[in-house]
Amino acid sequence: MPLLKSGKLVDDPWAHWDDDQSESPEGPVIVSLKRWRDDKSQLLARGTPLGLKLSSEQTPGEVHEDLQHFDVIALDFPAFTDGRSYSNARRLRQRYGYKGEVRAVGEVLRDQYLAFARCGFDALEVSDDETEEGYQAAISAISTPFQPGLDKTQTAMSLRQRRMRA
Amino acid sequence: MYTYDEFDHALVRERTEQFRGQVARRLSGELTEDAFKPLRLMNGLYLQLHAYMLRVAIPYGTFSSNQLRQLAMIARKYDRGYGHFTTRQNIQFNWPKLSDVPDILDDLADVEMHAIQTSGNCIRNVTADQFAGVIADEVDDSRVWAEIVRQWSTFHPEFAYLPRKFKFAFSASEHDRAAVRFHDIGVIVKRNAEGDLGFQIMVGGGLGRTPMIAKTIRRFLPAQHLLSYIEAILRVYNLIGRRDNKYKARIKILVHELGIDELSGLVETEWERIRESDLKLPDTEIQRIREQFAPPEYEDLNDDDPAFVAHRFEDHEFARWVTTNVVAHKQPGYSIATISLKPEGGVPGDVTADQMEVLAGLGDQYSLGELRATHEQNVVLPNVKQVDLYDLWMALKAEDLGTANLGLVSDIIVCPGMDYCGLATARSIPVAQRISRRFADLDRQLDIGEMKLKISGCINACGHHHIGHIGILGVDRKGEEYYQITLGGSAGEDATVGSIIGPALPSDDVVDGFETLIGTYLDLREEGERFLDTYRRVGLAPFKAALYQETLHAAA
Repeated sequence: MPLLKSGKLVDDPWAHWDDDQSESPEGPVIVSLKRWRDDKSQLLARGTPLGLKLSSEQTPGEVHEDLQHFDVIALDFPAFTDGRSYSNARRLRQRYGYKGEVRAVGEVLRDQYLAFARCGFDALEVSDDETEEGYQAAISAISTPFQPGLDKTQTAMSLRQRRMRA
Repeated sequence: MYTYDEFDHALVRERTEQFRGQVARRLSGELTEDAFKPLRLMNGLYLQLHAYMLRVAIPYGTFSSNQLRQLAMIARKYDRGYGHFTTRQNIQFNWPKLSDVPDILDDLADVEMHAIQTSGNCIRNVTADQFAGVIADEVDDSRVWAEIVRQWSTFHPEFAYLPRKFKFAFSASEHDRAAVRFHDIGVIVKRNAEGDLGFQIMVGGGLGRTPMIAKTIRRFLPAQHLLSYIEAILRVYNLIGRRDNKYKARIKILVHELGIDELSGLVETEWERIRESDLKLPDTEIQRIREQFAPPEYEDLNDDDPAFVAHRFEDHEFARWVTTNVVAHKQPGYSIATISLKPEGGVPGDVTADQMEVLAGLGDQYSLGELRATHEQNVVLPNVKQVDLYDLWMALKAEDLGTANLGLVSDIIVCPGMDYCGLATARSIPVAQRISRRFADLDRQLDIGEMKLKISGCINACGHHHIGHIGILGVDRKGEEYYQITLGGSAGEDATVGSIIGPALPSDDVVDGFETLIGTYLDLREEGERFLDTYRRVGLAPFKAALYQETLHAAA
């Protein structure tokens, strides 16, 4: 799937190593929490970068002591109406201070891009016809948000407060 | 009233453009109905039985005459010349065309209105006591806090796809006029012993097929922590609220299954980590919002203006309207007048474009340009000089808006039912109309006294039947409409879920049955008792005996 990383379509260096796939892909792999728990020492011995995929029912709290092993955490949206991974992304960034890539996978639609960015995602696995222009338009839909998020955008409250001080 | 600045204006315009794009993608076929549905719902656009329905937000029920004039224009231009006030202080239009909706949103944006988050599994438009800011018994103007929460919740990126919809209500009085105990989060503004403002936070109230009274999760939350604390509640709910069954997905089920103490523990843990974040409210921001709700310039008047007193003495009809529809204002010489949208035989909550314009004019003339919508589907003029009440009432009467029935039998909450709604199992509006006609005699209604009658056309309980003194629920039995009756519910500070009296009645018997219940109460009541008081004293049995005995007689 095409990868949008910080708004740019890039070659995805990562391969998903799904649980039903016996052969390991070459190079950096993203594995499930189950595979990580079952095969932790073998995975660490590969010597390649590792990523972890969490389903929307799994939380970063279940694995927070291992987060330093992962360059990518992929959070799943089994349906775009399942909003749990937004909260998991925020916890990853805010509570656990995770600095690696947080990637949205699953049903990742253009109308959600802004929410992804504001909840701390910096990479999206998107559909084949997606463009950088489409991404830009989607995340520019609302210019000034009304609540603090994890993107760099100033909130309406902070801009109003600054104006009052001026 | 809250006035938009450039950030609010930009937000609603951008949202309109975004939705215009989504509608275009739907109309071109790029978006399927399944993909479009959650997008349109988040913008208040439903697909009902016969047409689309657009629900327009009236945050905490406060709106202006100018806004109402624009709603009248929209009703004429895009709809069939009327609108409908809902139980969440919103107004909805029943017949818009999908292709017109972006233009309607632009017209709404012109008057600082929108349809954002009036449906969908997100944080819904925030409601509050309709008398906020003008009633003497309040600790504070709860709209200040409702507005702060409205802003925080608007396009909250984390909470757009919650397990289920999420409703906030605010009150700042001991007397609960906003049914806060039946909301996902009910906030009661309080002062502690030191005189500091804060909030009692209640969580897990709701109606639907599993009615529950909210439980207190925090007795006193200091004011500056409002947003961090509710964000903690929402995050916990988003992560562990049930998603396997939409009927078990509201936070009330989580409260029920976990227990309030365990939920409270999870929320506290979450809150500890974010309480000192950017969500902490600066005093200057609270003050900035508060200034938006500063009281208008009132004249220096005395209560009991002689002309008002004389009219009240001379005109029985006027006196009755004042008794039922007018309450004391905190400012001497002023009154709060509630305008009944429940005329005899009418559709509760419906208002025509002509009536909207009249109300807008009266709002300008007599209420400093401000109006309120109530969750009981009426409209309030919050700032009426006592000396003007008589002229106001005469003008209202001329437009079929002067019905003196507030809080009485015919002041009925009703959902749209099977006349409009795709979920309904029975009609509800015609039952309300029949009861309203049967009890057309307003003196008889006044004698019966306070009666909160609430009617729903299906188990989802949009007509609040569980919390009516008498509730009526329409059910389908092999294609026939039947009506199940509950007694003893209350939406107020004495929150109670009503009890089912017995087998449902066929449609033909429901008005007679209701009248029997009223008659039973009149026979049993003691001095000064409302229906609810009598019911609480004597219980269900005498009502049940009377209802089914008479029905049996009728069948024999």
